[in-house]
Amino acid sequence: MRYGAVEAVHGISFTAEAGAVTALIGANGAGKSSTLAAISGLVPATGHVAFEGRDLSGSAPHAIVRAGIVQVPEGREILARMSVEENLLLGLRGSRDAVHGAYERFPILAERRALAAGNLSGGEQQMLAIARALLARPRLLLLDEPSLGLAPKMVAAVFEILADLKRQGVTMLLVEQNALRALRLADRAYVLDLGRITMSGTGEALLHDEAVARTYLGG
Amino acid sequence: MFEQLYNAIFIGSIYALFAVGFALVFSVLDILNLAHPTVFMLGAFAALFAIATLGLPWWLAVPIAFVATGLFGILLDRIAFAPLRRRGAPPLSAMISSLAVTLAVVRVVELRYGGDFITFPAGTVPSFLIHVGGATLEGVRLAIIGLSIALMLVLTYLVRGTALGREIRALAENPRAARILGIDVERAIAATFFISSGLGGLAGVLLAFAYNSLDSRMGLPLELRAFTVMVVGGMGSLPGAVIGAYLLGLGEVASLVYLPAELRDAFAFGLLFLVLIARPQGLLGQRPADRI
Ligand SMILES: Nc1ncnc2c1ncn2[C@@H]1O[C@H](COP(=O)(O)OP(=O)(O)OP(=O)(O)O)[C@@H](O)[C@H]1O
Ligand SMILES: [Mg+2]
Repeated sequence: MRYGAVEAVHGISFTAEAGAVTALIGANGAGKSSTLAAISGLVPATGHVAFEGRDLSGSAPHAIVRAGIVQVPEGREILARMSVEENLLLGLRGSRDAVHGAYERFPILAERRALAAGNLSGGEQQMLAIARALLARPRLLLLDEPSLGLAPKMVAAVFEILADLKRQGVTMLLVEQNALRALRLADRAYVLDLGRITMSGTGEALLHDEAVARTYLGG
Repeated sequence: MFEQLYNAIFIGSIYALFAVGFALVFSVLDILNLAHPTVFMLGAFAALFAIATLGLPWWLAVPIAFVATGLFGILLDRIAFAPLRRRGAPPLSAMISSLAVTLAVVRVVELRYGGDFITFPAGTVPSFLIHVGGATLEGVRLAIIGLSIALMLVLTYLVRGTALGREIRALAENPRAARILGIDVERAIAATFFISSGLGGLAGVLLAFAYNSLDSRMGLPLELRAFTVMVVGGMGSLPGAVIGAYLLGLGEVASLVYLPAELRDAFAFGLLFLVLIARPQGLLGQRPADRI
């Protein structure tokens, strides 16, 4: 996929197994967000996206969401001037009762439901972004650096939610800079470097790989 | 005095219907739709066509003009704006392409109806007088005021209280977030143009009814006024546009009373100028990005 003359991601190929967590790790500018943007149809790309036997290549973003691929984007992209509840309703597909389910899972959002989402803390906004994506009933959840810029306590809370979702069998493709936590959670992981996949394996295997440890785990 | 106030509220209602659609498109797409005055004119001519050519009564011509101009708005978007949007062209190109549509449509209308003032066939447009105290008022204007206010309330409900309105506001605030959320952006834009143009066209029919007069250039004086109203109210703010429209109507009528008639158009400029100096963000505008 390319931005004008810049080709940000070149001929990569990977699979997100149903019911499993797939992690995509890599340094800044490696092309992780670009890959997710291409999957969601947000940028034109020449590759192929096959999902549950359907070819989604070239589909409009709303068609891709409808097909079940929902993204929690980098920077969260919440609607800052709309209320928390309106943000949730915008994600919602199906019955309004599901919003109550979201409030049960994220009590802090219930407390803040009438507040403009821009007034939430970073961590709360991330909860909102995740809750909103879940209301779209994803069959593949794309998460772009959900722990970015959060306080350590909030990072832990976010990964707890992800672990919870994994236990429920939600299929996830997780992009993270926090490689340690991502690899611990992942069933399978890929390393992306300068727009190419340089390594892949189970999360466990990459966690114990020396090269990965040196570059991404700071060890 | 009472009659002046009545007329000010009447003309303010027309301005409001017109400007609210102009502001809606601006808030969602960041473009100045210079074809909006043309839509206003088309509304009046759609009603004329329905009444004079199809022989329909005025009360059917009004909804017909609304739907016809609403559909024209969708077409306008497909022709003038959608191709530019796909290429990520700057807002200036949208202004130019909408101006091009305006020129073409005005020519087509003039081919059929000529460029002069026309009236509706005798007896086809409602007209009655009401007496309040010592004053004699045109009843149609009261009906127009009532209808405009009702439509503004419906629009408020649509934008604030429905799923479609939520999608339109999300699109206005953050187009990228809207796409990530799975909002069908092109559908929301089409709805925006339908509403905007339908209201603009309706303003045209209602003004043509009130004056029993229409012509191919009747929208032009509204261009500057809609722009004024939008700046006064706060760029893209719908309540701001409504307030700005009534302020402009009141100011214009007052200027007619106290100033020479030639200065009526200058009033809009003056108001624009004053507001830009005193409150550049407009009455209800906050930061530049704050919309609807
Ligand atoms: N809109 C854009 N226009 C041009 N180049 C872009 C654009 N967005 C990203 N790029 C470039 O594409 C490459 C990949 O960027 P991308 O955002 O996908 O990386 P990333 O792995 O998500 O990085 P980060 O960890 O910083 O989020 C980078 O070289 C970046 O500069
Ligand atoms: Mg990124």
